Amino acid sequence: MEYLIIIISAIFVNNILLAQFLGCCPFLGVSNKLSTAVGMSGAVCFVITLSTLVTYLLQYYVLVPLHIEFMQTITFILVIAALVQMVEIILKKISPSLYQALGIFLPLITTNCAVLGIALIVVTKEFTFGGEPHMLNLAESVVYAFASSLGFGLAMILFAGLREQIALNKVPKPFRGIPIALVTASILAMAFMGFSGMV
Amino acid sequence: MGKFKLITKGLVKENPTFVLLLGMCPTLATTTSAMNGMGMGLATMFVLVLSNMVISATAPYIPDKVRIPSYIVIIAAFVTILQFIMQAYTPAMYETLGLFIPLIVVNCIVLGRAEAFANKNSVIDSACDGIGIGLGFTMSLTILGLVREILGSGSAFGFKFIEGDGIIAFVLAPGAFLALAYLIVIFRKITKIE
Repeated sequence: MEYLIIIISAIFVNNILLAQFLGCCPFLGVSNKLSTAVGMSGAVCFVITLSTLVTYLLQYYVLVPLHIEFMQTITFILVIAALVQMVEIILKKISPSLYQALGIFLPLITTNCAVLGIALIVVTKEFTFGGEPHMLNLAESVVYAFASSLGFGLAMILFAGLREQIALNKVPKPFRGIPIALVTASILAMAFMGFSGMV
Repeated sequence: MGKFKLITKGLVKENPTFVLLLGMCPTLATTTSAMNGMGMGLATMFVLVLSNMVISATAPYIPDKVRIPSYIVIIAAFVTILQFIMQAYTPAMYETLGLFIPLIVVNCIVLGRAEAFANKNSVIDSACDGIGIGLGFTMSLTILGLVREILGSGSAFGFKFIEGDGIIAFVLAPGAFLALAYLIVIFRKITKIE
């Protein structure tokens, strides 16, 4: 039951893009075409889940026992950068087709704030289930990270679909490009507000 | 380019928010009020100026292949220092901005300036560039925060001048996107920059 709450809350209620504003750069940058949006979402999903697993273990088995929690930011970003590199190398070797699909998006992900954001949220934020606040355990963290990245994918793909339609319309000159995309995002965020209060 | 020009170009011609469209996450997330926007802008400026200076000073000694990871480490170090300072002197602001303080590490503006300006210019010029871009970022975040605060809660910098609640959507996520969209349009109309 708890896992279901985490999943629904992460995908719909507290959508990482439209409610928490994490990962807005790829959201506005590579959402011109549906196919690139799908590729980016896949790569983000993969990296967020993996990096949250690693940073969670690092936080509770290295940083906390050594009392160097203040090194969190530096450690996490380095681990994420190294991880992205490693994923790229491994993927190239074992699954060239997946590498072809995700390849160009992987280097961009290091500076995607969604990855560092989720890694930091799971170790710092208290979640409330049934009235009792508690920190996420390992399994819950990974589920939360995976669900968040699914939420990222959902918002990304919906948005790319909308932008493909808008590209065919005549947009007033000052609105061309990012402004009309932001107006679209605003309406999409309003739609997602309908989920608030559900969990 | 003169020092004065370096500082002023970030305000209009190379405004990071309205023209370059960089650093969207903190722009949208922390501008629920003018004060928060300004706090976020100044925090980013602190990191930007110092990291620009250090990167410009160390750039000749860093091998080209590992420069991006090195920049990230330098930026992350300054972000950690900023976290300590804010925890000590402005704990309330630190609480409100929360997650977005550590996330300055992955702010594209900071890394972007390191790569595009600091690593090939002198320390003083890099500092001026950091101040300029930082001021531009602070200014646009404050304006966006002010617009959202006035429409959303009927107050400006915390002083309430309209009774009642205001349009709550402007404090929430949809208003952030909408307010930024219209501000960019107005900015483009006034400055004629595409």
